[in-house]
Amino acid sequence: MLTSLTITSLYVLDQDQALDFYVGTLGLEVGTDADLGFMRWLTVRVPGETREVLLERPGPPAMDGTTAEQVRDLVTKGASAGTLFFNTDDVQQTWDDLKAKGVELPEEPTSRGYGTDFGFRDPFGNHVRIAQLPG
Amino acid sequence: MTRAKEERNRAMLRARDAMDAGYDRELDVAALARLACCSPSHFIRTFSATFGETPHRYLQRRRVERAMYLLRSTSTSVTDVCWSVGFSSLGTFVRTFVRIVGETPTAYRARGPLPAVPTCFAMRWLRPSGLTEESSFGEAPAATPGLASRSC
Repeated sequence: MLTSLTITSLYVLDQDQALDFYVGTLGLEVGTDADLGFMRWLTVRVPGETREVLLERPGPPAMDGTTAEQVRDLVTKGASAGTLFFNTDDVQQTWDDLKAKGVELPEEPTSRGYGTDFGFRDPFGNHVRIAQLPG
Repeated sequence: MTRAKEERNRAMLRARDAMDAGYDRELDVAALARLACCSPSHFIRTFSATFGETPHRYLQRRRVERAMYLLRSTSTSVTDVCWSVGFSSLGTFVRTFVRIVGETPTAYRARGPLPAVPTCFAMRWLRPSGLTEESSFGEAPAATPGLASRSC
């Protein structure tokens, strides 16, 4: 029987830039940042949570150069299925904070059937949404 | 592929996001091209090469998708739906809607409420792009060959 989901992976084009964005700007914390030799194992998580997101750079030797280029193409087109949904207890404050930090925010917090949320992109094209759900 | 191509992709995605967020406002190619840091003609060409349809076609179908949503998920009048998704003429709205969806807004509304899914996924999956081989949800059947793939 499965007990939890621990790690999901997200393609990023540059791990330093990803770290800067997800930790420096969004306020996640580093789970692990280790040079394994063959790869940099870099995970981030919401402070206090156990579920982590692996920020993985597409490239050799995990995939050949041509495939990596295809992945990079898809990520930058917003078509790599990289989507992260976060919850917050104050969506407007979060939006204001990110705006003040210079994050590109194409939409303002909007009331939907399920709560109030807004979406934007990480520096590479992955989709990030932040929601305040009722209750 | 070069890094320049990735930056171009990212710029086109920025303009597409602006359409997804601002479909209810007047959006002109010049403003979107500025957002994507290129000339209007270059923007139209590059956007089409990146996403497989012109910016105008993308925006028009985003507006129709949002109208489809409002028709089936709210009781907003057809006229108000028309204005609130960014059309400035009811005639153009109804004509465009029928051409793309295959039925009038009122007839489409009669299909009943849409299932509730997060808006971003509804917007991604329910836009009648006409780019699928099979008819997508809400897309007009193949009764109008040529029209669905005509670039706007």
